[in-house]
Amino acid sequence: MTPPSNNDPFVRDLLGRGDYAIFSEIVAPQTCVLDLGCGDGELLSWLADNKDVDARGVEMDGAKVQKAIAKGVSCYQGNIEECLADYPDHAFDYVILSQTLQEVRHPLQVLNDMLRVGRRALVAFPNFGHWRVRLGHLLTGRAPKTIRFPHDWFDSPNIHFFTIDDFEILAAREEWHIEKRVFLDGNREVKLMPNLLAETAVYLVRRNS
Amino acid sequence: MVVSTQSKRFASLELDCGVTLAPVDVAYQTYGTLNADCSNAILVMHAFSGDAHAAGIDAQTQQKGWWDSMIGPGRGFDTDQYFVICSNVLGGCRGTTGPGSINPATGEIFAMTFPVITIGDMVRLQAKLIESLGIEKLLSVAGGSMGGMQVLEWAARYPDRVASAIPIATTPRHSAQQIAFNEVGRQAIMADPDWSDGNYYGGKLPGRGLAVARMVGHITYMSDESMRQKFGRRQREDQGIFEVESYLRYRGSQFVDRFDANSYLYITKAMDLFDLAAGQQSLTAVLERSKTKFLVISFTSDWLYPSYQSQEVVSALRRRNQDVAYIELTSKYGHDAFLVEVEEQSEIVKGFLLRVTKGVNRR
Repeated sequence: MTPPSNNDPFVRDLLGRGDYAIFSEIVAPQTCVLDLGCGDGELLSWLADNKDVDARGVEMDGAKVQKAIAKGVSCYQGNIEECLADYPDHAFDYVILSQTLQEVRHPLQVLNDMLRVGRRALVAFPNFGHWRVRLGHLLTGRAPKTIRFPHDWFDSPNIHFFTIDDFEILAAREEWHIEKRVFLDGNREVKLMPNLLAETAVYLVRRNS
Repeated sequence: MVVSTQSKRFASLELDCGVTLAPVDVAYQTYGTLNADCSNAILVMHAFSGDAHAAGIDAQTQQKGWWDSMIGPGRGFDTDQYFVICSNVLGGCRGTTGPGSINPATGEIFAMTFPVITIGDMVRLQAKLIESLGIEKLLSVAGGSMGGMQVLEWAARYPDRVASAIPIATTPRHSAQQIAFNEVGRQAIMADPDWSDGNYYGGKLPGRGLAVARMVGHITYMSDESMRQKFGRRQREDQGIFEVESYLRYRGSQFVDRFDANSYLYITKAMDLFDLAAGQQSLTAVLERSKTKFLVISFTSDWLYPSYQSQEVVSALRRRNQDVAYIELTSKYGHDAFLVEVEEQSEIVKGFLLRVTKGVNRR
């Protein structure tokens, strides 16, 4: 794994991404991984090279799919929400969804599908409960805009604005078993009051049965 | 890279229709070098009107191969690494046994007494060729259009003999529309009085019919956009006809010099009859045994072999969680895109083959 960028033991970094670093720690060698919204296949290609995983991806953007396949990633060009239905139950050891849950039309459906086709789901999402988002909203009275979320409300890919607490409540309601949760501010791990202090949450989830 | 067509003769080939052809000749070319453990061989399969001359400069005709931009040193199918084989299909007219060949039983040309052939028959003959070259397992099978149908047939019938498959701009079965266009071509040939029930060899060829058939074909290979850009409504002042008319007439007449009308009838029929899932419950069931890694490619403007047909294959594979990469490449060139869009295809084919090679070497 790429060493931390400084001596801070709480800094997580793989390919410039904190959530990737957490994924790479969690994913066991020689497993089968599906990455939803895999982009140009950066993470999958790292996992294939370093953990010998059977790496599969789904991506909408043709230019990114082309790059992913050129990297040797088995990438399927298609829509995340439509493609999951095709896969058989428990086809994968892990299904990864990174920074995309807030963009899909039906997040609960996607999460349930992930937990059907995979033994475990690895989800990273932006926490809209972060203090900067709250403060911006409170002070300006406008749709929150931060460095992490620079989009104007009218051209934002984000259509669901949920928080870490929201996710925990949903997980409890659906009776999912959360095996691991890691919170990040930038690439630095957050231990206290994550719903207020973390920008990103990473969850390892499986069904309770 | 100067290449020559070679030929092999096999004692017999049993056809799907029950008839046995004996003997059978296959014309083929090879590029690159077969490695010591015979693990770097790729079979490339040509489309309807292609031939064994896929790459390099032909020693006799001085012409470039039909996929020369994709096959060669450093290209998508890199001949510095891989041993690439291409053969003329059964029923063809470019060196492999077809309706224009002599029937050894009668000493006369087969013409319309040639038995009905299938994509399966073509592939079985290719399998004989591959075996005779000492290759047990192919690193990959690749091809577009009818070549793609053969790729799918290979993967379905010989799952243990192909490590990977690259079907491009193709389908698991022809739609009514695809059959319809082929039928127009066949009827154009048979309506030509010079066709003479197929017995035109040594006499006047059914050139007008074959040319019309080819003209229809060319329309289906292009897209509305590519035709608008290439021809628009421009006219040839000297002839008083539209550019597009002039182009189609030229392509039609050119085709007559290199293609046999009866081969046209037999090969288009083989394409129409092809149904990968025939006699099986589903496409998924057909490909179930396959450990083959797939790279499926389609093109946005290809209305002759639309993306939904490729996606049907992809879905069938994903239903069993088989290893399949799929991309719909953006192109304005219609069905011709698989011959034209070299850069994108080269990049993904290279990456894909590299991964397949790693997988094969690990075992």
